[in-house]
Amino acid sequence: MTITSTPTKAPLGNPVAQKASGLFKQRELGIVLALALLVAYTAIDNPRFLSGQSIRDNLLNTAILAVMATGQAIVVITRNIDLSVGSVLGISAFAVATLMSKNQDLPMIVALLVGLGVGAVAGLVNGVLVRYGKVPALVVTLGTLYIYRGITYSWAGGSQVNADELPRHFLTFANDSILGIPWLVLIALVVIAAGSIMMRNYRVGRELYAMGSSPAAAELAGIKVARNLLGAFVLSGALAGLAGVLYAARFGTVDAAAGTGYELNVVAAVVVGGVAVFGGSGTVWGAALGALLLTVIGSALAVLDINQFWQQAIVGALIILAICADRLVAFRIARSLRKRDAHV
Amino acid sequence: MSDRVATLRSRLTSWDSIIVVLTVLVLVVASFSVDNFGTSRNFTFMVLDLLPIILIALPMTMIIVTGEIDLSVASTLGLTSSMMGWLWNQGLSIESIIPLCIVIGAVCGVVNGFLITGLGLPSLAVTIGTLALYRGLAFVVLGDGAVADFPFDYTGWVTGTIGGGAVPNVLILIVALALIFGIVQHATPFGRSLYAIGANAQAAHFSGIRVARTKFWLYVVSGAVAGLVGVLWTLRYASARADNGAGLELAVVAAVLLGGVSIFGGKGSLPGVLAGVVLLTALQNALRLEDVSGQALNIVTGTLLVLSVLLPNVTTAVRGNWQRRKLRQAAATR
Amino acid sequence: MLRSSRTLLSVGTAALLVTGLSACGGTTKDSASNSGGGAQVAASADPNAQAKEGLKIAFLPKQLNNPYSDVEVGGGKVAVGELKGEYKLVGPNDASASSQVSYINTLIQQQQDVIVVAANDPNAVCPSLNQARAAKIKVITFDSDASKDCRDAFINQATTQGIGESLAKMALEQAGGAGEIAVLSATPNATNQNSWIDVMKKELAKPEYSKLKLVKVAYGNDDDQKSFQEAQGLLQSYPNLKAIVAPTTVGIAAAARYISSSSYKGKVAVTGLGLPNQMREYVKDDTVKKFALWNPADIGYLAAYAGAAMASGQITGAEGEKFKAGKLGEYTIGAGGEIVLGPPTEFTKANIDEFNF
Repeated sequence: MTITSTPTKAPLGNPVAQKASGLFKQRELGIVLALALLVAYTAIDNPRFLSGQSIRDNLLNTAILAVMATGQAIVVITRNIDLSVGSVLGISAFAVATLMSKNQDLPMIVALLVGLGVGAVAGLVNGVLVRYGKVPALVVTLGTLYIYRGITYSWAGGSQVNADELPRHFLTFANDSILGIPWLVLIALVVIAAGSIMMRNYRVGRELYAMGSSPAAAELAGIKVARNLLGAFVLSGALAGLAGVLYAARFGTVDAAAGTGYELNVVAAVVVGGVAVFGGSGTVWGAALGALLLTVIGSALAVLDINQFWQQAIVGALIILAICADRLVAFRIARSLRKRDAHV
Repeated sequence: MSDRVATLRSRLTSWDSIIVVLTVLVLVVASFSVDNFGTSRNFTFMVLDLLPIILIALPMTMIIVTGEIDLSVASTLGLTSSMMGWLWNQGLSIESIIPLCIVIGAVCGVVNGFLITGLGLPSLAVTIGTLALYRGLAFVVLGDGAVADFPFDYTGWVTGTIGGGAVPNVLILIVALALIFGIVQHATPFGRSLYAIGANAQAAHFSGIRVARTKFWLYVVSGAVAGLVGVLWTLRYASARADNGAGLELAVVAAVLLGGVSIFGGKGSLPGVLAGVVLLTALQNALRLEDVSGQALNIVTGTLLVLSVLLPNVTTAVRGNWQRRKLRQAAATR
Repeated sequence: MLRSSRTLLSVGTAALLVTGLSACGGTTKDSASNSGGGAQVAASADPNAQAKEGLKIAFLPKQLNNPYSDVEVGGGKVAVGELKGEYKLVGPNDASASSQVSYINTLIQQQQDVIVVAANDPNAVCPSLNQARAAKIKVITFDSDASKDCRDAFINQATTQGIGESLAKMALEQAGGAGEIAVLSATPNATNQNSWIDVMKKELAKPEYSKLKLVKVAYGNDDDQKSFQEAQGLLQSYPNLKAIVAPTTVGIAAAARYISSSSYKGKVAVTGLGLPNQMREYVKDDTVKKFALWNPADIGYLAAYAGAAMASGQITGAEGEKFKAGKLGEYTIGAGGEIVLGPPTEFTKANIDEFNF
């Protein structure tokens, strides 16, 4: 419990940090291993689980969750949380679907930009309230979870946008592929890669980690905390907005309830993916792997013909297992650091 | 003299009192301007609607005051409801099922408490995990079915009023539990220790408070109360289902925070929370009677929630500015 | 650690004690007498009573923003207009019984004359509906019935038997007479879907269906995305699947959308109950050859007329009573207060453009 307040988080470039990141690599290795085991077991039971169509379905289903998990991971790394993502997805999906059904000729890129824009504005509101209103992120985003959903409901009333009202090119976007990779998956991959590179190799990424490790120290170290924090929330919102566009294209039917309850899936993916809820550690691609694992569990249960009622219980157990594993890793790091100190 | 004025002003502008005043205001205005709001039957309906939130909010307030959170309460409710249906189908008597269900709730709390205090895991993550776990188990227990043939003596008691009058039976339960929790939280050393833990767990530990054990028992109590609410929920709707109470956790946390409890712990009072619950329920009820859609209520709830933290922050900042300016003026005139 | 294990022990002991103490005697499932509610004064019907105007008729569907319910209550609105009554539509955003109860309570407070409700849970809404009836409000259920002892009449879209049979028949046709079929239903405890599936299973046991094999009943929870994923799961688990039968509008649309965009198009048939507007695209691209449905607008229409006739005292809900339902003609109340709308319509490429709902 005291780990977070003791200065065990090493400065950048320090060999200890590298050792720590090595341990965290093991953490993601664990998810890969679990994933491989699960896929192998399911495939032995039913080889069709590895068919092209099945793999494609799983990746398509993961894409939306992974895009949102990327944004969430970045926010959680700064020791904040964004619970409003499900509602942001809803408002963006409905906005874009309405726009496209009224203007059949708009190109896809406009839909994507509008979704990103709507989400970014929603994220900016969150960020401003957290930073300048000094309201805890949990409270702000719980509030905006209700507010954004309420706005969508009031706007949509009872109406729904059906697949036959949406332009052809918008719907086929979900299934079209380039070089055999569906657009949806490609977008998700680009988002994950960009997020990972930003967090890993760029100054701003390292600053976000620093803010999560110790907000006070980050401020004293001259990091532009306000700018970075707003950026993180805007990014999370924008990605949830992008996910809304992908949702509308993939599912074709959009009503005001789209994405209800997604926030818990996204947080679960991030936690399973090894991002600590107290910030400062974890990776974007780990969170994406978490999203993939959760999705594959869902479809594996359907294929294995296991009572689908078990699915939620298994996901819950997995989350707890994941945080226990994180605890163990943190404990080991702390011990190895203590040992080092003793040698010095 | 001016000191007393200042404390009075700070007390009047503290969110706890604002929320109480706001609640009374809403109740009074609604009684006069909304048709059928002030009737005794509507009062019964309102009490029944706020029953689950207000009961779960009692231990939740304590947990949040210590700086932790319990998001698994609604799933505990669902699991208890499922178990209640299952046990009833096994032929157990309702008199033994009810205490057993409360124990099941407590066991859910024990698991949470052990993971959080025994292993030192963050409560937010743990209870998101058990939120999924308990709800999943609820579905595993009862699956597709709903059990509905509970005896009318019990279902009727939950929805009934004392002697057929204006006071709902469950109000006694609410008042009794609220009194117990209120006294424990505000008038015992144990209650004060909760604030100490929330303000600074380490300092509390060094001053001899058993931090881990206190938190552990709070989770057990929270689970037990969620179990009790699971029983009441099942009896009220005469239907045991795995999806009972889904999503209630956010409503409870929203009500507690709206009542002025700080999410960081160490601050907040039970009267504020009770007012918060009543405010939300009364608003919802009045808006519905006025045919305002439930959607609008989402916006009101969310806005109130953000304002509950934002407003005190803003007033503090403004007051700080004002005092600084006064000091500066005083310095200038001297 | 020692302390917490001791705590666990003490909690466990307490649990055992509690059960042990209370196990002897008490109310159990077998001894319980369920004589709650349903106490309704038996009024006598006067078929020639004047139809009242200005009746307040409120519709409470399973949830708002469900296109199917929208069409149903749309029909109700037209009927209430013809009856010169006051139309009201309320409903929760989630299809849960508990939120419906709050709305029923509100309607009681507002002193409506008729509540037309599609129950999310046949029992959970019962106590409130009986309170409504005690307050002299007539309760008509449509779409999904509540328990018989807490409503005055039920508008049945078609007989359970008829729907089950027609689902089995379409499955046989679409699967080409033999092979594996699967059902993609709504929620696992949806009253309607379960009773249709039961009839369908009985039909499948008959010799003419001997070559059809029902391999699985999957549940999409009437959630678009879940249904979509369940359809995927079915095709992965059962490679030889010939047809998916979805007795729910959400399920059939999701299954059709998945098949039409996958490599299974043309190999696996989709049929069941669907809305023409939602299915038009998939009928035109040949994913779906045939599906069925009654006209949902007529259900709401009939419900409003039945409610008005009841509130005017023309009928009480007893078997054999007759009443006029505007453009739909005369209806007779069947056993158990059921009013059957009529046989379902089958939609194909040839006739789908004639329907707009």
